[in-house]
Amino acid sequence: MRPVRTAFTGAMLGLLALTGCGQSSGTGTASVAPAPVPSSAPAAAGFPVTVEAGNGPVTIAKKPERIVSLSPTATETLFAIGAGPQVVAVDDQSNHPAEAPKTDLSGFKPNVEAIVAQKPDLVVVANDADKIVTELGKLNVPVLLEPAATKLEEAYDEIADLGAATGNKPKADEIAAGVKASLEKLAAEAPKDKKLTYYHELDVTPYAATSSTFIGQIYGLFGLVNIADKAPDAAGGYPKLSAEFVAQADPDLIFLADVKCCAQNSAALAKRPGWKDLSAIKNGQVVELDDDVASRWGPRVVDLATSVGQAVQKAAAR
Amino acid sequence: MPVPAVKESGPARARPLWVVGGLVVLALAMVAGLLGGAADISPWQVVLEAADWLPFVDVDSGLAPVEQGLLLQLRLPRVLVAAVVGGLLAIAGAGYQGVFRNPLADPYLLGAASGAGLTVTMVIVFVPGDVQTVSVPVAAFAGAVGGVLLAYALGNTAGRAGGTATLVLAGVAVTSFLTAIQTFVQQLKVEELQRIYSWILGDVGGGWDQLWMVGPYALCSAVLLLLHGRMLDVLSVGDDEATSLGVRAARIRLVVLLGASLATAAAVAVSGLIAFVGIVVPHVVRRLAGGSYRVVLPLSLLGGAAFLVMADLLARVVIAPAELPIGVVTAFVGAPFFVVVLRMTRRASM
Repeated sequence: MRPVRTAFTGAMLGLLALTGCGQSSGTGTASVAPAPVPSSAPAAAGFPVTVEAGNGPVTIAKKPERIVSLSPTATETLFAIGAGPQVVAVDDQSNHPAEAPKTDLSGFKPNVEAIVAQKPDLVVVANDADKIVTELGKLNVPVLLEPAATKLEEAYDEIADLGAATGNKPKADEIAAGVKASLEKLAAEAPKDKKLTYYHELDVTPYAATSSTFIGQIYGLFGLVNIADKAPDAAGGYPKLSAEFVAQADPDLIFLADVKCCAQNSAALAKRPGWKDLSAIKNGQVVELDDDVASRWGPRVVDLATSVGQAVQKAAAR
Repeated sequence: MPVPAVKESGPARARPLWVVGGLVVLALAMVAGLLGGAADISPWQVVLEAADWLPFVDVDSGLAPVEQGLLLQLRLPRVLVAAVVGGLLAIAGAGYQGVFRNPLADPYLLGAASGAGLTVTMVIVFVPGDVQTVSVPVAAFAGAVGGVLLAYALGNTAGRAGGTATLVLAGVAVTSFLTAIQTFVQQLKVEELQRIYSWILGDVGGGWDQLWMVGPYALCSAVLLLLHGRMLDVLSVGDDEATSLGVRAARIRLVVLLGASLATAAAVAVSGLIAFVGIVVPHVVRRLAGGSYRVVLPLSLLGGAAFLVMADLLARVVIAPAELPIGVVTAFVGAPFFVVVLRMTRRASM
């Protein structure tokens, strides 16, 4: 699943009072791991370990060998940090990497019985949908809530958390530091003096993302100016923008995160009413992002930043 | 407070004046709709640009090509679509209220909304994105018509032919049933919830294509309904009386239902499920201009159009450059407005 969209959908659901969804960490019921029993099995080095997750401190008694991930971002991170062999099941939206054991488990409507049937010794979720954290806690299954990052620091923290929780701390710290270094390098190389404007589109409605969002902060690294920031706070970080406003703002760069879902590209944009004269379309500055990469906050954020960096270089060279 | 409806002859005679008034209100609303928006263009430049659209008039408004395109391709069709959709929903609501002799009747009473909701959800969930700009309106139209037909078939088999109570109940049953399926389908692909709700909350920003798509149906259904104002007046005294006056109640009802359902389906196809217009505008019109359908139908058409144009204007400017879903505005502004009208005019109607 695509967390930007996910977070939004959660808000939408809440708005419609259909369900209490979202990433509240205030459930007050941090999943309680089974107390570290002095069992005969020798605990791997570093365990038991306590990780500060979105649902509070979670203690994991021994190195997990049957991890279930209901978060596509967590799945990517787990495989990147070398915890892949410990993962037994991932949710239906976890499409990367290809070797992840994809199942029909859902992170949106998590089914406790189906999760428990995998005999997990650690479950990672991005949303506390249907009070899944509490439910699994009742069954003494340790759960890490790793919600959508709102800042880069949180994304690094989550990588480190998953490393500590799965016994892959050195590799995880290395990956997190690598991501950070790559982003800083890309940002340093970016020509920032031009104050290029951009528009990041989430879907065809069109919903956009402002600078305050996680993705917006990545664009911020490149000195880009977000046209959606003119929307008042009341519109949220993901405002439904006026099509005529986008046309008049005429951004230098357009980033599409609705390529896979909605088949959008430069040609499709040009067909929209009133948009055919946009300079980003005329100048070939419409960037088709990978929808998934653009909505997750795992290590592949570097891929996203690389695409952005290339587009900025190209636009600035004009 | 309910006083038996008195058939007033006054409003019917005063009809041309009311219609002229309605036209003026609509024209003002459309001008306002054209002047306001998220893009920062001065009213004077909009006026110049609008003058330039007229045949044989060539004015330089000083606007950039992007801004010219924005006015002609985005703002103008948006105002027109809002007017057409608002007019259709309101006249359909008036038609339904007349047929069912029920003040609570609205265009979605017979399953048009739930039918369209189901088919659109299925398209969004199952059809790949690139064809959706065409398939969504087509699906909505088919779904709305299908929902009404289902309710009608069910109502006719369950009750005495031409009875309205069974038909309303059939509509309730069909609505619940189709909504259940719709909810099930959307659960299959939760990540599309946002798009489904975006559609449900309504949008009139489809551009000229949508206007041409809805035009023929809008025209047919509006004319059909406008021609039946007199018949609905006769029906309002009761079936038996109508029959004694030589009117075949069941047939009139069928024709009006057909027209109103067509109008609803056309509106739903281009704009989603915009609430409140269809039920409130006819009542406001009745309060102001009397209960004769010869007045209520045309004025609902004009009033609904003006109302939705203004609602869309608000949706576009309140949190500009972001937008509110139009359905939120129609209910949020429409409900208090309705209460005010009810309190100001304590005249009996229906």
